[in-house]
Amino acid sequence: MRRELVLAGLVAVSFSLGACRRKQVPVAAVTTAPVTGSVAGVDRSQLVRDSIERARADSMARLASSSDAVNLRTALEAGVRFDYDAADITDDGRAVLDAKLPILRANQTVRIRISGHTDSRGSDEYNLALGLRRAASARKYLSDRGIAVGRIDVVSFGEERPAVSGDDEGSFSQNRRAEFEILSGADALRIPR
Amino acid sequence: MRPFLPLLVAFVACSAQVQAQPGVRLGLIYGEGGARPGIFVLPVAGPAGDSIRTIVMRDLDFGDRVTVLSKNTALPTPVGAAAVDFRAAARLGINGVVQITPAAGGVTITLHDVAAKQVLQRAVVMLPGTPNTAAWRLAVHAASDQCEEWISGTRGIAATRLAYVGDGRIWLVDSDGANARAITQVGRALSPAFRPDGQALAYATLEAGGSAIRVADLRGASRQVLEPRGLNISPTFTPDGASIAYAHGEDFGTDLYMVPASGGTPRRISIGRGTDNTSPSFSPDGRRIAFTSGRSGRPDVYIADQDGTNADLLAALSSSSQAYRSSPDWSPDGRVVAFQSQLGGRFQVMVISLRDRVVTQLTNEAANEDPAWAPDSRHLVVSSTRSGVRQVWVLDTETGRARQVTNTPGARLAAWSSRIGS
Repeated sequence: MRRELVLAGLVAVSFSLGACRRKQVPVAAVTTAPVTGSVAGVDRSQLVRDSIERARADSMARLASSSDAVNLRTALEAGVRFDYDAADITDDGRAVLDAKLPILRANQTVRIRISGHTDSRGSDEYNLALGLRRAASARKYLSDRGIAVGRIDVVSFGEERPAVSGDDEGSFSQNRRAEFEILSGADALRIPR
Repeated sequence: MRPFLPLLVAFVACSAQVQAQPGVRLGLIYGEGGARPGIFVLPVAGPAGDSIRTIVMRDLDFGDRVTVLSKNTALPTPVGAAAVDFRAAARLGINGVVQITPAAGGVTITLHDVAAKQVLQRAVVMLPGTPNTAAWRLAVHAASDQCEEWISGTRGIAATRLAYVGDGRIWLVDSDGANARAITQVGRALSPAFRPDGQALAYATLEAGGSAIRVADLRGASRQVLEPRGLNISPTFTPDGASIAYAHGEDFGTDLYMVPASGGTPRRISIGRGTDNTSPSFSPDGRRIAFTSGRSGRPDVYIADQDGTNADLLAALSSSSQAYRSSPDWSPDGRVVAFQSQLGGRFQVMVISLRDRVVTQLTNEAANEDPAWAPDSRHLVVSSTRSGVRQVWVLDTETGRARQVTNTPGARLAAWSSRIGS
């Protein structure tokens, strides 16, 4: 669902860029290359920020409208995925983490644990360190946005707990992930305003 | 080449028939040019005789230094004190005859040199307890190792144990694959490492909130050295057995640390600046340490001084290579480091010579990883998928021969003990 929201945002960006006829920018360039510079006087990175902000606001609106604790829990527990041998938060990951922020702010007693995982291709031991870096990377994203570090535990399982089995890229990408578990304080979740 | 027999053997053998003299070549006489000596083990009398013969034959075979002749080889068994039929033995291509006879509390082992038509070595070996128990088997393995030393000049590695991870537990198994037993409960134990005396193991356990380092004796009685706070993984003992080096991770990367083996205050030994550093392995003198590090942007093997300074890339990259290299293990003789390198998406086991930095690829069939040296610095234990699922295998680095040790699907992360009791 969040992936779709971000895609919608990116489509919006490509439309607005496409409208500036003077310089066609392929969508792929927007989605993969670092966004810098300006097109026809329009700051592209600002456009991307705006679109992500719109997607986020949209997702928040949906969350609030469904006054359902299950949805809040689902958002808190939604996982993020990573690229191969990387711990950087991807655009998809950003949207997932952004959706947790207002819930964590509105529910200060909630404590969570982030567990980092890897696919099965690396060294068993090194993958434990990589998994930890993924969990720590997700925690840093949240703490940089005001969530107290003390509310978030991190742990790594490396490649020891695959989400799916299989030796194809589809399985690998599902296993390169951080999972979110609610430790405490989520008995009566408040809907963020 | 005819091997030299170490002078030591003349002193440890209970009744050595050949006295060591300076400058005199000792050892079994057999063909030149790299041919292996043909060894025949005579039938062994007594209720456990068949077991003893089978174990010794298998040990000598697994040592990869001799050719063990079939039990069906038609060499007459000497009756009583009669001599070995050396002429028949020579005709059958036998270079050495191993004769094992019951003795008080054990057996007498005799090595006959066929070409010299004489007894080369003889020793009495005590066999404790009931036949086929772990202690009894270990004593028979030690006798095999003694035989191998008489024959080749190099002590065998049968009286050793392997440890590995299977089903989330740490397992121990005799070097010949017999007597596999789990020494930890079901859980998430990883990365067993033997203490240099072979009588204890350090390992990591993954728990809900972090990972711990524990040390267990061979019966599984364990104590916690590091509590499960943050990431604590890939332990290894220092060569003196007094300390454990391991990787510890928190928010800002994973670095190598050292802690007294009895527990205490950890000391940091690598400065990874936010990168991941794992899987330490010491040089035999304890002064250098090989490890995996992501400091260059991808995992590779480095060597540093034991305090973490002077870190250097172990193996230069070939121009086009972007290999993922990891999991080093320093050989007990100090000459080479084994590691794994990704080729075509799968790990293969490599060895690099520290003298000239030449890298040799040892495996290419299926995926092979996590090499660990035997005390002879010749055999490696690895995990391999060559049978279809990951299992623990032993590789002879000189001949390429491989044998499967475990029958536990998913068995991995093996370690090899020192020679037990020697």
